[in-house]
Amino acid sequence: MAKPLIFAGIDIGSITAKAALIKDNKLLGTLVIPTGYNPVSAGQKVFSSLISQIKLTPGDITAIIATGYGRASVEFADKAMTEIICHGAGAHFLTPHIRGIIDVGGQDSKAIALDTAGQVENFAMNDKCAAGTGRFLEVMAKALEVELDDLGRISLTAEAPSKISSICTVFAESEVISMIAGQQKRENIIAGIHESTAARVAGLATKIHIQEPVVMTGGVAKNIGLVKALEKRLGFDILVGDLAQENGAIGAAVLASRLG
Amino acid sequence: MTDTSTNKNNGQDQVLNNDKVQDNDKVQKKDKDRRKIKSAKKMRDIMTTYYLDAMTARENNKKVAWITSGGPVEPLIAMDIIPVYPENHGAMIGASKMGEDLCLKAEDMGYSTDLCSYARADISCAVVNGGPIGGLPKPDMLVCCTNICGTVLKWYEIQARYFNVPLFILDTPMCHTEYSPEIATYVRRQINEYIAFLETQTQKKFDHDKMVKVGRLALKGQKLWQKILNTTAHKPSPMSAFDSFFFLALIVTLRGTQIAVDFYQDLALEMEDRIQKGISIVPLEKYRLLWDNLPVWYQLKWLSNKFSDHNACLVADTYTSAWCSAIQYIDEDNFLDSMAEAYTRIYLNIGVDQMADQVLDMIKFYDVDGFVMHSNRSCKPYSFGQMDIMKIVREKANIPVVMLEADMVDPRNFSLSQAETRIDAFMEIIKQKG
Repeated sequence: MAKPLIFAGIDIGSITAKAALIKDNKLLGTLVIPTGYNPVSAGQKVFSSLISQIKLTPGDITAIIATGYGRASVEFADKAMTEIICHGAGAHFLTPHIRGIIDVGGQDSKAIALDTAGQVENFAMNDKCAAGTGRFLEVMAKALEVELDDLGRISLTAEAPSKISSICTVFAESEVISMIAGQQKRENIIAGIHESTAARVAGLATKIHIQEPVVMTGGVAKNIGLVKALEKRLGFDILVGDLAQENGAIGAAVLASRLG
Repeated sequence: MTDTSTNKNNGQDQVLNNDKVQDNDKVQKKDKDRRKIKSAKKMRDIMTTYYLDAMTARENNKKVAWITSGGPVEPLIAMDIIPVYPENHGAMIGASKMGEDLCLKAEDMGYSTDLCSYARADISCAVVNGGPIGGLPKPDMLVCCTNICGTVLKWYEIQARYFNVPLFILDTPMCHTEYSPEIATYVRRQINEYIAFLETQTQKKFDHDKMVKVGRLALKGQKLWQKILNTTAHKPSPMSAFDSFFFLALIVTLRGTQIAVDFYQDLALEMEDRIQKGISIVPLEKYRLLWDNLPVWYQLKWLSNKFSDHNACLVADTYTSAWCSAIQYIDEDNFLDSMAEAYTRIYLNIGVDQMADQVLDMIKFYDVDGFVMHSNRSCKPYSFGQMDIMKIVREKANIPVVMLEADMVDPRNFSLSQAETRIDAFMEIIKQKG
């Protein structure tokens, strides 16, 4: 019997490294680890940990595609592709009818439009600025002394979101600090931060005339507060799957299976 | 024994491999030399002579006028005044990666980071005599034409105060939809004032006969430039926009001279020769792209390699074609009158719909697969309207478009990894389309 074909995708982001394996067009497993200082070793680690979890060896893997900002540092990959194409392939694999993706990662945010066949048609990325990214939320969480993962939950209890007018992360941070000094409620400040981030990200989506259904991917999709703020801003529901963070790696594995 | 022989074999393999590598290097070098555009050296020599002439103008009893890149230079040539272009100098500063220091210096002087980086670099360079050629020769007068932007107005006023020299302003109203009779009268009258200004500055009578000759040479030069740019419609393309960015210098600085005409005649012949011999600038041209806006001067090599690695050639651009985009309005038998219209209706001084029409024409003519737009922090009139043009291109030409945020001279407004992701994703989309 012919050996089953297994494909791997590795997504090295600025904050986390993700790996995914697929076999017979089905997801075999995924793993997320912090990227840390060294993207090269993060790539090796996330890949070898995942394959050993599933009791495989590197020899069992037919092809590997690397993606994300650290894509060039995964030397053992067969090919490097951008996270834009990989997110498109991942979202189409997990939810075939999807037409739009909003991906908010640690370092950047993107809106991606797919055609009916699931191919990327158009995209928009944030410019050279941290506003509207996971890093922005991280800075704010720190200023508010809140765990990053708790931002979403806390913001849902807000009565009246505070108004953050600065676009720049540095200025917004000082704005938040003066709000703290003015004893504004923490949940209102967080909700305000989400609204300001959502406004930035929604701008990318409207720029490329994104169409429903839309899925949110990337680590920040785990922040329910931001998802709600985005839905309010865009005026439609956004799907968030359990594998939002792993979506890029899954897409890379899907594309690896198509390598000739 | 076995070990020794294996080592020996390895050693032989190594030698063979080294030979192979060397052969490969030789082949690559030969291929690179074959693709090199030979006229480049001649142009460098012409530019060196031009700058030396300008630097020694005073010793030769000649006057120097600083002029904006879109300004009518022909009357200066007719009056034997040497034109000097701070914008061409700005490009040189950018390409030699000296922009950041000079921009910082201007910011120290109190200028905003939002001010055009050509303006910042020029303003500070005048004070410190910096840049790749140690600053420009001092001007005897300044000529500022507003057809390219509004920034030049204040920039030239600053320089007029700094050098304490007279400034002539030629105001060309924006032609959103048409060149109205009012605009025509308004601009034409200023051409007369311009000539009177030059007569006062030089204490010489304007030579109308010479003007006719210069006008003819200017038109001839522009037609040749257009011819050269048109050669890239051939597949594969004999040159790329990166070459046009370089060869542009003469049509800007020496427009209206025999030198420019002679050079472009030779360059056109070289391009035709390359087409006949099948010499392309990108070794494996598979995808053809159109570039919008000024170059990112300090990243030319990186961008050129990046696209070439994707087997993509930037076959044309909206920037270098601006120096021949108004040919249709020029009447060589009535140069001064028609010049007013030609200088008013250049690419940056028309409405967004008309700009989009020109872009669509280029997409068709050069048969391109994608459109690369540089959103240039410095150049507001060029970058304003890009979102609309992007939308129009997507709808009417149905090709992928990518926007790169950068600046022509100030590298602080450029993020390499962001640009890389965008270009890679853009090329992946084009490749997907087949």
